[in-house]
Amino acid sequence: MNPLFQLIARHRVLASSLFLMVFPFIMPYEALAINILIFGLFAMGFNLLFGYMGMLSFGHAAFLGIGSYLTGIAIVHYSMPWGAAILIGVIGAAIGGLMMGFLAIRTRGIYFSMVTLALGQIVFYIFYKAESLTGGENGLRGVRVDTFNILGFPVDFLNPLIKYYIILFFVILAIWLISRILNSPLGAVMEAIRENEKRAAACGFDITRTKLLVFILSAAICGLAGSLRALHLSIVPIDSLNYLQSGQAVMMSILGGMGTFFGPFVGAAVMLYLEDVVTTFTRHWMAVIGLVFMFFVLFFPKGIWGTILNKFNQNQGSK
Amino acid sequence: MTGLTFELLCMQLLTGIALGSIYALLALGLCLIFGMLNVVNFAHGAFFMVGAFMGVYFLGVTGNFWFSLVLTPLVTGGLGLLTERFLVRPLYGRGLDYPLLLTFGLSYVLIEAMRVIFGIEGLPSVTPDGLKGTVDVGFGFFPKYRLFLIAATALIIFGVWFLIQKTRYGLIIKAGAADQEIVKVLGVDIAKVWLLVFGLGCAIAGLSGILASPTRSVNPEMGIPILAESFVVTVVGGLGSPLGAVVAGLLVGVVYSMTSLFFPDLSELSIFVLMAVVLLIRPQGLFGKAGAMG
Repeated sequence: MNPLFQLIARHRVLASSLFLMVFPFIMPYEALAINILIFGLFAMGFNLLFGYMGMLSFGHAAFLGIGSYLTGIAIVHYSMPWGAAILIGVIGAAIGGLMMGFLAIRTRGIYFSMVTLALGQIVFYIFYKAESLTGGENGLRGVRVDTFNILGFPVDFLNPLIKYYIILFFVILAIWLISRILNSPLGAVMEAIRENEKRAAACGFDITRTKLLVFILSAAICGLAGSLRALHLSIVPIDSLNYLQSGQAVMMSILGGMGTFFGPFVGAAVMLYLEDVVTTFTRHWMAVIGLVFMFFVLFFPKGIWGTILNKFNQNQGSK
Repeated sequence: MTGLTFELLCMQLLTGIALGSIYALLALGLCLIFGMLNVVNFAHGAFFMVGAFMGVYFLGVTGNFWFSLVLTPLVTGGLGLLTERFLVRPLYGRGLDYPLLLTFGLSYVLIEAMRVIFGIEGLPSVTPDGLKGTVDVGFGFFPKYRLFLIAATALIIFGVWFLIQKTRYGLIIKAGAADQEIVKVLGVDIAKVWLLVFGLGCAIAGLSGILASPTRSVNPEMGIPILAESFVVTVVGGLGSPLGAVVAGLLVGVVYSMTSLFFPDLSELSIFVLMAVVLLIRPQGLFGKAGAMG
């Protein structure tokens, strides 16, 4: 493998942290950088389940939405401090993951995708109907956080660059956690399940428990992304729960390279940047995104990052 | 519950069956494609939506509902043929997820295409003249159109059943689903069969779109919730079982309309609860075979 890639791969948390620290300066504006940060995290959380365990969920918008809504509700209706609100969002998403996972992992393959999509719609309708708490169709408004108190020091959260770094802190924390999971024995079992579930079972691993655990972890990470998004946008749109939003996570993972560590982030960055550029020409950006995505499915199933990794590996003639 | 009479219950049951007809048709289309090609068409809701648009458009242009009822499935079926030939076919053998992902991307494109052509507001839905008004069904007055909907669905389902069970084509389709290698060896061009089955599934999706169009608003997003609901039907019925698709479709429709009678707030949720219960008891669905869930 290329020495540079080897170095990046070995210190992936450090590498991604360093890159993300300079990231807002290479983006046209900070809000886009923050968006990429949040959706990159969302896609990484999703990829834990899809890329590393081979389970294609179409219901992950539920966790983004639960995280967003619970954090928002905690702040708007209960005036909780931001830290507690984020915690509630993440725990709520994890509980949601437990319940949805419990039902969904009874099925496999395509069936799993269909069931997760349908279960995601349940979450959509629950939040849609709980209008007094969630604002229904209008979304939850007024998730205002002006200043972040960090160790007693007030920090201006309305300054986009400061907002970026505060959110980055949580994202790096999550990236570190994901890296630890993947490097642990659990990560090895996950990949074993992806490659051959029956063989993994024959090796004595508890497939059901592993699947459920990873589902919950993945949900919690996506929930964190949702919590951060609520703080960033200061509203929670009901669209967060739509399955097209789940599809975004899928698209980002595929576009960047599923089953690779950085892939989902790359995918999120490319897709959101593309969206940003395309919307200046036409409001029909969905068609462009759809076509680009179809193109990748047809011709570059390994995604951008996956293809780059492959190229370098081939050039080195090893591995 | 005041005012709850036997007549009201019957009316609601009939309403549920009318609603369920649409679900049954959608699930049948999904099931045909899956049973034969092992592809879950994630653009099925989008084809449904395109069908509704085409239906209203053709009705406006030709002024004849029956005409648009014939034209619409031809359009969506044709789109389906193109989709299979140029988009899905290159992906066979690359795993089950890829055709699914591709059709998901396609649904994005179809939604946007309708927005470009017809605007984001959509079209006003039209009930054909001869089918307006209500008719006395013994226990009350029921919308004529919904009765027509039930009859049309029954006819289409019978047609599909006849095609599969009673014709040579059906024999090939069934054989191909069971063992494509053998069918190939016997000299059947299986690629052509797949093409036609995909087209047929999409034609049925379009047909359900035009049939549903008078009962709901026609807009580019209308296929989004309906896809989730037809997945529920498919999961409840059992993936790959045409009988399951029809029975579960009607069941889901009736459950929906009964819940909206007794607990209106929970109507959207009810069918998902039904799915959860079925998953707990029979993960393979009511008519699915154990282990046949991919």
